[in-house]
Amino acid sequence: MAEVTMTVNGKSVTKSVKGNTLMTEFLRDELRLTGTHVGCDTSQCGACNIHVNGNLVKACTMFAGEADGAEISTIEGQANADGSLNVIQQAFQDHHGLQCGFCTPGMVMAAASLLKENPKPTEAEVRDYLEGNICRCTGYHNIVKAILAASGQDVSGIAAE
Amino acid sequence: MPKDHGIGASQKRREDVRFLTGAGNYTDDINLHGQAYVYFLRSDMAHGKINKVDTEEASQMPGVVRIFTGADFEGIGGLPCGWQVTDKNGDPMKEPAHPVLAQGKVRHVGDPVAAVVADSLEEARTAAEAIELDIEELPAVVDMKAALADGATKVHDDLSDNLCYDWQFGTDTEATDKAFAEAAHVTTLELVNNRLVANPMEPRVAVGDYSRANDESTLYTTSQNPHVIRLLMGAFVLGIPEHKLRVVAPDVGGGFGTKIFHYAEEAFCTFAARQINRPVKWTSSRSEAFMSDAHGRDHVTKIELALDADNNFTAVRTDTYANMGAYLSTFSSSVPTWLHGTLMAGNYKTPAVQVNVKAVFTNTVPVDAYRGAGRPEATFQLERVIDKAARELGVDPIALRRQNFITQFPYETPVAVAYDTGDYEATMAKMEELMDIPGFPERRKASEAKGKLRGLGVNCFIEACGIAPSNLVGQLGARAGLYDAATVRVNATGSISVMVGAHSHGQGHETAFPQVVAEMLGIDESMVDIVHGDTSKIPFGMGTYGSRSIAVCGSAMVRATEKIINKAKKIAAHLLEAAETDIELKDGQFSVAGTDKSVAWGDVTLAAYVPHNYPLEDIEPGLEETAFYDPSNFTYPAGAYACEVELDPETGEVTIEKFVSADDFGNVINPMIVEGQVHGGIAQGIGQALLENCAYDENGQLLSASYMDYAMPRADDLPHMANYTVDHSCQTPCTHNPLGVKGCGEAGAIGSPPTVVNAVIDALQSGGHKVEHIDMPVSPSRVWAAMNG
Repeated sequence: MAEVTMTVNGKSVTKSVKGNTLMTEFLRDELRLTGTHVGCDTSQCGACNIHVNGNLVKACTMFAGEADGAEISTIEGQANADGSLNVIQQAFQDHHGLQCGFCTPGMVMAAASLLKENPKPTEAEVRDYLEGNICRCTGYHNIVKAILAASGQDVSGIAAE
Repeated sequence: MPKDHGIGASQKRREDVRFLTGAGNYTDDINLHGQAYVYFLRSDMAHGKINKVDTEEASQMPGVVRIFTGADFEGIGGLPCGWQVTDKNGDPMKEPAHPVLAQGKVRHVGDPVAAVVADSLEEARTAAEAIELDIEELPAVVDMKAALADGATKVHDDLSDNLCYDWQFGTDTEATDKAFAEAAHVTTLELVNNRLVANPMEPRVAVGDYSRANDESTLYTTSQNPHVIRLLMGAFVLGIPEHKLRVVAPDVGGGFGTKIFHYAEEAFCTFAARQINRPVKWTSSRSEAFMSDAHGRDHVTKIELALDADNNFTAVRTDTYANMGAYLSTFSSSVPTWLHGTLMAGNYKTPAVQVNVKAVFTNTVPVDAYRGAGRPEATFQLERVIDKAARELGVDPIALRRQNFITQFPYETPVAVAYDTGDYEATMAKMEELMDIPGFPERRKASEAKGKLRGLGVNCFIEACGIAPSNLVGQLGARAGLYDAATVRVNATGSISVMVGAHSHGQGHETAFPQVVAEMLGIDESMVDIVHGDTSKIPFGMGTYGSRSIAVCGSAMVRATEKIINKAKKIAAHLLEAAETDIELKDGQFSVAGTDKSVAWGDVTLAAYVPHNYPLEDIEPGLEETAFYDPSNFTYPAGAYACEVELDPETGEVTIEKFVSADDFGNVINPMIVEGQVHGGIAQGIGQALLENCAYDENGQLLSASYMDYAMPRADDLPHMANYTVDHSCQTPCTHNPLGVKGCGEAGAIGSPPTVVNAVIDALQSGGHKVEHIDMPVSPSRVWAAMNG
């Protein structure tokens, strides 16, 4: 067991962890931040996406010990300070970018990273960026639309039907 | 102007807020005090005789609470099959035992041999490695035709062979043979409907709990139908009466059919929690899901289409082998029969239709319903053979379909179902308009200028949804009723909880169902919530599958709300000192017709619960009503789909350049949600057509057991927005349910695979390649091989 200290969604956290504790397990089991989901065991689906020091990371690919000293952000830390949905979350609701909701936290975290890197992406760039995220419900159409809308681009002309 | 509330409004989904903020409550988010964890040791061979499972050393490992094997389940029921199919000779289907943990033999890769319960998952997994297994490997049967050959290895030693049933349905053989003998033209096609894995993004989870104080068990599980699990597990497996068993399916991360079924892990966790008096939790890994979730499709079919000299369809005959896997999953037997054979007439007035299905046991994971369940298989065969016939006859595939459309309703097909309503010409015309069919030659030229081949594929489809009349399905072998139920509980202040038997796992029921109640009562939707997914809270329910939620459960909710209105009018009449027949309800106000006297919804609901001024001699206090609704027929959504592909002759790569769906879902409650359902269905259909394949080698080893080797559709595999339109403006309302709805959940997955393959074949033919068929997934290597083969 080793002691780790990190900042999670703006709050400092210190815990003892085993060397083989995955970041997904640490967030879900130790911190009870269950919005980070585990959808596969091969780092393919992206349901466990979090931000580590501002970078998009699949939490299933790192040990909790590796996060010592890091700034961690999860889906639970994305809403505005008053609790309202942030621009990306609101766009997902407005454009029906989620159905069962299981992949959604990972999609929102990926979208936030994309828009930080590329504030006005094209449709092709959005689709390319989502290569590491699998959604089984939506067919991605409305996810892509939501991300374009969140970037401030007008999607009203895109066939909504 | 689109509506902004009530039926027909694209209300934003209220459930989204919790999912978008990480506040959803999925089964794996549930942890009970003192819970233990189970790890299942699964067979790594497809077929083997269990000589010994030695758990002695493993039992001494740190943290181990108890290790269970098949022996612990002797004398306990096995997992039941919910649908009895009768063979064409009148014999019942063969129903092998399906123990919770393997007994005597292992029959597929993933068959659970032992279950280690420990204080932590890590300790359970470590101890499982110390279990000594002596399993003698036996030859495996994987290919269905080989499994039926004389002398083939038997999956179940106590059965005479690997044939589960040999089913025949529809027009009799004499009349069918005569139609073929008299045909001017016969088109024949052999094809495979590829084995798929449903892959909801949330893997299955089960948490069993037991209370000694009152001898009650609770199972938290990832299910589409908690009451069905309670009935099957309680009555058939563990012998726990319903009033001592609660099944909860909280937020569920997608289902697509594969979470309908009652699984061994659910029974195990419930059983083990009683044995060790501690909660027991199981969370599937994705790899485990690939070898333990029921798979879908896996049919091998020969279809023949007979036409007269005027190109009218005169007969269809099919001969299908349907893979059951190693055991009969809950609804497995119904999929290739009643969910498939009954749809073989399609949208066409073919007078003779005969369906033959051999269901076969193999050493593979059980196969059961997956989005569309039987209907995609029926549509794929029929729409592929029609395309081939059009090419052989040199006629336009759209015109050939149109000429044979059913145009008079109701229409009784030769395969037992009666379509109540539809307008196939309307959806075809809508598809042609949206697809800009006249512009196709220009688009093909543009592709050819880039060195690509371009193909146009079209097809129609029909499905039977809203499953459906209990008396009919009972005759067909269903061992359950297929009604649904709803309780509308109006609270004293006028807010409403509706307890519904349908389960929402992505379909947006929490938003759409209240739209109906709010519209009926004329109150704000925010006053209405639905409650679902907990057998202790809802009256009963058969759950969500077969696009049935709004058509069946929604209808139950309408009936219960009508009862509420009737009673509320009586109360209002009393308060207004008027005759009940003079009371009108509009915009949440009860008024006396022709006067300005009225009372508000809240006044009436308060009077029901604070009955100081109340006709107690005539009606009871309170305002709560339950209705069970059993439909008189299936619903029949239908549509026309079209797709254009570009094919790179250098590599065989296929890309979808344009896609249109024109569906008839009858009335629509929330268009935004309906369109989302179609998007998802189309993505799964395109996935089946181009990417997905569950593959076994000849020894029964599962080759595609992770997302590294099972190709799930990703965002860049699907058509871009500008070239993609889903439409449901053609609406012929269902004639027999109160909402006129038909259901929309499966259409996309049914309508899209044949249109993609038809387009690929059209592209190849345009390039001079005389290719008539490529089995799905139409991968670059298969296309290249077909071109160069």
